[in-house]
Amino acid sequence: MTTLPLGAYRPGRTWLHRLPAGAKLLALLVTAVVVTVVRGPLSAVGFVVLATALVAWSGAPLRRTLRSLRGFALVAVALTAYQAWTRGWAPAVETVGDLLGMILLATVLTTTTAVDDLIDVITWALGPLRRLGVDPARVGLAFSLMIRALPTTLEIALQTRDAARARGLGRSPRALLVPMVVRVVANARATGDALHARGLGDD
Amino acid sequence: MGRIQLEEVTVHAETADGDLLVLDTTTVDLTERRIALVGPNGSGKSTLARLVNGLVEPSAGRVLVDGLDVVDDGPAVRRRVGFVFTDPSAQLVMPTALEDVALSLRRTHRDKTARRAAAQLVLERFGLGDLGDRSVHALSGGQRQLLALAGVLATDPDVLVADEPTTLLDLRNARLVGDLLLGLQQQLVLVTHDLELAARCERALMVDGGRVVADGPAADVVAHYRATA
Repeated sequence: MTTLPLGAYRPGRTWLHRLPAGAKLLALLVTAVVVTVVRGPLSAVGFVVLATALVAWSGAPLRRTLRSLRGFALVAVALTAYQAWTRGWAPAVETVGDLLGMILLATVLTTTTAVDDLIDVITWALGPLRRLGVDPARVGLAFSLMIRALPTTLEIALQTRDAARARGLGRSPRALLVPMVVRVVANARATGDALHARGLGDD
Repeated sequence: MGRIQLEEVTVHAETADGDLLVLDTTTVDLTERRIALVGPNGSGKSTLARLVNGLVEPSAGRVLVDGLDVVDDGPAVRRRVGFVFTDPSAQLVMPTALEDVALSLRRTHRDKTARRAAAQLVLERFGLGDLGDRSVHALSGGQRQLLALAGVLATDPDVLVADEPTTLLDLRNARLVGDLLLGLQQQLVLVTHDLELAARCERALMVDGGRVVADGPAADVVAHYRATA
């Protein structure tokens, strides 16, 4: 069972679910700009609190979402330490808070929006780029594959870890990483075959 | 019923040890509704099946589906030929069951509401109507394979190629998927190690060492395979 925050649409009837996918994508984009421009640790902390409230409102299981952020916690600790050492505590809190808040907001987006809707929005938004040779449908499909790849990769990682443990190699980074990378690449190739077989991208 | 022709088809693959002959000068004309491909692992039967959809291109010779060349008319052939893989996990590319079927219908249903309604109908046809919003990762192996089938058959192809679709399934799900496949209206090319399933087809080809070594009524070819394996 996956515990990643992204890629888990949960149907619901909240206001967030009813909001058009384009509006949510635009809001996410604008928010990313705003939190980058607004300085200070207090605004970052407030942003995290707001984003957490939205996650709870979206219907995503809050405990599971927070638990799934354990991977980010490792990055956050390292990033906080580095920022605190080089720039001081205030920028460290601001940087990590902004990142955490954006991850939570992205979770809200994927929890309340069907990927099908996101593909439609991306395809529509990239429409004008057709003249430049961009295929909006392909970009939309690539976006959906990116979201799908997260839980798939986690599933492969867990299976690889279990296989390594079963052979008494649970502490060997090589026994974990090499087969995992090989399987992820194999999965990507198999997915490519499946897309090809389904004629997706032919048009 | 459709017609699948392999004319003097050879397939080579490049490996670390050099050039490998995977399929050797094969000519077959398949017009039956249900055709089984049997043979040992690594014999070339999956390669033969993949040729029909253009997943593998011949090194020499040509493959025609209803007169369309799989290389020159690739998109048109893929619209006619659906393909189901052994492991459905790689085939399911959307997060939920409904979205995955809806993805197949994008070409035929531009309107989102109509597309989702059509996808829901397809799911119900395959007994998955209650699982539309379920993550594909949360489905059982049997449900995943049924969903993969639903996603392919949603576009109503003329031919379905299934590469060992029951290998990873338990007995009950293997029977369910097997019965479903053999009951389809589409022309079926079935790669399988399930010899009981193969024997229920009209025709079977036994592939060994990159060659078709037996070809005829499925019961006879399966009996030959049992005797020589």
